[in-house]
Amino acid sequence: RARGRPSNGAAGVVGAGQPHKRRRTSEPSEIEERLESLICRVGEKSTSSLESNLEGLAGVLEADLPNYKSKILRILCTVARLLPEKLTVYTTLVGLLNARNYNFGGEFVEAMIRQLKECLKVNMYNEAVFLVRFLSDLVNCHVIAAPSMVAMFENFVSVTQEEDVPQVRCDWYIFAFLSSLPWVGKELYEKKDAEMDRLLSQTESYLKRRQKIHVPMLQVWTADKPHPQEEYLDCLWSQIQKLKKDRWQERHILRPYLAFDSILCEALQHNLPPFTPPPHTEDSVYPMPRVIFRMFDYTDDPEGPVMPGSHSVERFVIEENLHCIIKSHWKERKTCAAQLLSYPGNNKIPLNYHIVEVIFAELFQLPSPPHIEVMYTTLLIELCKLQPGSLPQVLAQATEMLYMRLDTMNTTCVDRFINWFSHHLSNFQFRWSWEDWSDCLTQDLEKPKPKFVREVLEKCMRLSYHQRIIDIVPASFSVLSPANPVCIYKYGDESNRSLPGYTVALCLTIAIKNKASNDEIFSILKDVPNPNQDDDDDEGFTFNPLKIEVFVQTLLHLAAKSFSHSFSALAKFHEVFKTLAESDEGKLHVLRVVYEVWKNHPQMIAVLVDKMIRTQIVDCAAVANWIFSSELAHDFTRFYIWEILHSTIRKMNKHVLKIHKELEETKARLARQHKRRDSDDDDDDDDRSSDREDGPLEEQIERLQEKVESAQSEQKNLFLVIFQRFIMLLTEHLVRCETGGIDVFTPWYKSCIERLQQIFLQHHQIIQQYMVTLENLLFTAELDHHILAVFQQFCALQA
Amino acid sequence: QQRRQRSRKMCSGGTLSILRSDSYADLSQYRDQHFRGTRYEQERLLRKSCTLYVGNLSFYTTEEQIHELFGKSGDVKKIIMGLDKVKKTACGFCFVEYYARGDAENAMRYINGTRLDDRIIRTDWDAGFKEGRQYGRGRSGGQVRDEYRQDYDAGRGGYGKTVQCQ
Repeated sequence: RARGRPSNGAAGVVGAGQPHKRRRTSEPSEIEERLESLICRVGEKSTSSLESNLEGLAGVLEADLPNYKSKILRILCTVARLLPEKLTVYTTLVGLLNARNYNFGGEFVEAMIRQLKECLKVNMYNEAVFLVRFLSDLVNCHVIAAPSMVAMFENFVSVTQEEDVPQVRCDWYIFAFLSSLPWVGKELYEKKDAEMDRLLSQTESYLKRRQKIHVPMLQVWTADKPHPQEEYLDCLWSQIQKLKKDRWQERHILRPYLAFDSILCEALQHNLPPFTPPPHTEDSVYPMPRVIFRMFDYTDDPEGPVMPGSHSVERFVIEENLHCIIKSHWKERKTCAAQLLSYPGNNKIPLNYHIVEVIFAELFQLPSPPHIEVMYTTLLIELCKLQPGSLPQVLAQATEMLYMRLDTMNTTCVDRFINWFSHHLSNFQFRWSWEDWSDCLTQDLEKPKPKFVREVLEKCMRLSYHQRIIDIVPASFSVLSPANPVCIYKYGDESNRSLPGYTVALCLTIAIKNKASNDEIFSILKDVPNPNQDDDDDEGFTFNPLKIEVFVQTLLHLAAKSFSHSFSALAKFHEVFKTLAESDEGKLHVLRVVYEVWKNHPQMIAVLVDKMIRTQIVDCAAVANWIFSSELAHDFTRFYIWEILHSTIRKMNKHVLKIHKELEETKARLARQHKRRDSDDDDDDDDRSSDREDGPLEEQIERLQEKVESAQSEQKNLFLVIFQRFIMLLTEHLVRCETGGIDVFTPWYKSCIERLQQIFLQHHQIIQQYMVTLENLLFTAELDHHILAVFQQFCALQA
Repeated sequence: QQRRQRSRKMCSGGTLSILRSDSYADLSQYRDQHFRGTRYEQERLLRKSCTLYVGNLSFYTTEEQIHELFGKSGDVKKIIMGLDKVKKTACGFCFVEYYARGDAENAMRYINGTRLDDRIIRTDWDAGFKEGRQYGRGRSGGQVRDEYRQDYDAGRGGYGKTVQCQ
């Protein structure tokens, strides 16, 4: 029962932000802010206990219900959806409110159901799971009657009986059911064990019959040892089965409502209204399946507290909560680090290991990490700052483990490992015990471990300079050190004067140094013979590889000093470039020459290719063809090549989006114009003047429509070219291996097939549009089954 | 599709101010005193800018290093190195311009306050590059902070200019 003074509501709460002036009432928006602040902050570090804070807050909110009920409802629904890591704090709060005000409890449940339906309608499935979990924990708080919760779960599980629906739809409903059981399994089983047994058995048979073709595409490692990369529903099922075997005893979750049991059990419960899962529509987009990333177990921290096993429900709850904390605070790295480190249970679980594992789980997640990669690097640095005596060691241990398992790590994940590790080292003076990794020196350079070290050192160099890298590694590692990033100018030496074009190159050099114009350059180049053709056309502006060679070599050499110098050169002589690279062969040759000049400096190649695409000297398809050309075969597995290709695809995608946006905006402008006209004059209709007004906008829309279609067609063509080249390359290799009787699985093959997977995964939304073409044109049944498998795995992701 | 987007906003329109907090990407207290225009205009530009000022660089840090680091938050449109007004050599700052503001925001969140060339660098919103702003404003030609500082900083020309002249 209430004790002490009755509450004054938020308006009278001292220290809630407002100095205690003699005011009648505060502004309503201030009250709402204060209410939100009070609710959000409950559960944070405080001099009082959590229980007494909850009790106090319940009193404050109860007093405010008459005036601010809808605002309080909104805030509570929002924290249920957005602060899932504090689930049990807020279910307890709702429980206390329900005990004091039965009607409010009922209205809250109704509001939650409305919010759940809204979320499902707009494809916010991840947040919907938190709402379902919240509702189920309300059973523990005596707000919702257990039988009605079981009924809701019965409706969820019956989705698995629906016909002609994507598997990912059924997956979500099963996941929402299973993932609530750590919180409410015990209570539901006590009240309705027969029904629960039936639900679990239906779940089991669904899990047995669902297809799992997609799993290999999402696994970080291809090996099952030391930790299997389990599909997320399989892992959760094992965890729930173990929980059931332990008679639903769960000891990790903090349950503040237990302290209020005597109050809460007096409360009247509400029944959930019957909940029909909204039907599947064409617009429904369900979450993609996941694989559970594990890298640690109890053997990794022998001194500290025991890490819960991979099939324990504790492991599930800890991981869920840590992921939720990152989701809540990703923009505020210091807060995020502090919140992670203050996760309760610090001395009972090896928290540092859990945190590092969860962060790497996100960093390596396929298809993409939930947040931008660089966030994880900076977050780990913040964590190291807060726990300098312990976290760096765990991180070093993790790095060592990841290195040891490189042989079976997915290529995309290796990319991310390279980026993370090199960036991390650059914040710590590149200090690392490289000698520990000297095992890689005896291996073939194409093997994953030496390859990894080479790529890391190259990235480290990009963040510093060449000599620094030579200095930080032992002498024995020089074979893996990056090349000195200097430009190679073929006409540089007197000894090259016999090369065709040498004299023109000299001429060009002098002209450019004397600030020649584009026209002057053209006239110098006119003298360059075309080794390709006998029949001349008068202008001589058809594809002339020698002209391209002489011009591009000379210009890039003169502008070699910095990126800015090179960009200025491209801009100044844009006209010459456009003319020389007018044909497809011209574009390809320009790229070839850029590579020849700058093959020691992959970073420079990347920025030049980027600039040339943006200034339309080359197009995306030319870059794709260049990457798959035989000249680049030697570098084909190097990281920078794939950075260039994915950057190229991204530029194409952004271009399409940009024009599309322009089109939509112009259409909206036209619509607004119509609306204005309609509302303005009813009786003074002059059709001709309205047409005149519409004219320019309608023309613009037509032009933009054409632009969009042409851009979309270019985009589709880009992907088709890429897939086609992959198929050719892989088929060649497979045929060669088959006829030669050698094993298909060379390091090159693993890298190449995973690069193909990477294209599908990284751009899956766009590629979904081309499924029919891909199926009928490229990934047909005649294709080698190794290659077809990649396509089938991709199809399985949204099936 | 539009209706779905509006519903999404309603659903997520209830956000919480503690989750809206984005202190790293907020405007700092600094305002360029040489800005031509009102304080209001300056802040308007800062709030939509894609350009960052980057400070505390070593004099030896190159455009390539800056491109590599800042490229981690998105595609970099342009880098303009800060120069000593007299010597026309690097004097420890630069401007980084992105194509998209979101990428600049991520740089403020995750690259600001981390190291480049072993130095903690600082980023801040810039109202936009204008010719002339690439030069240091200190009396000797470098940055003002290098005029009066008393410490020895090998990456920034050694002692401060006033100390050097003693």
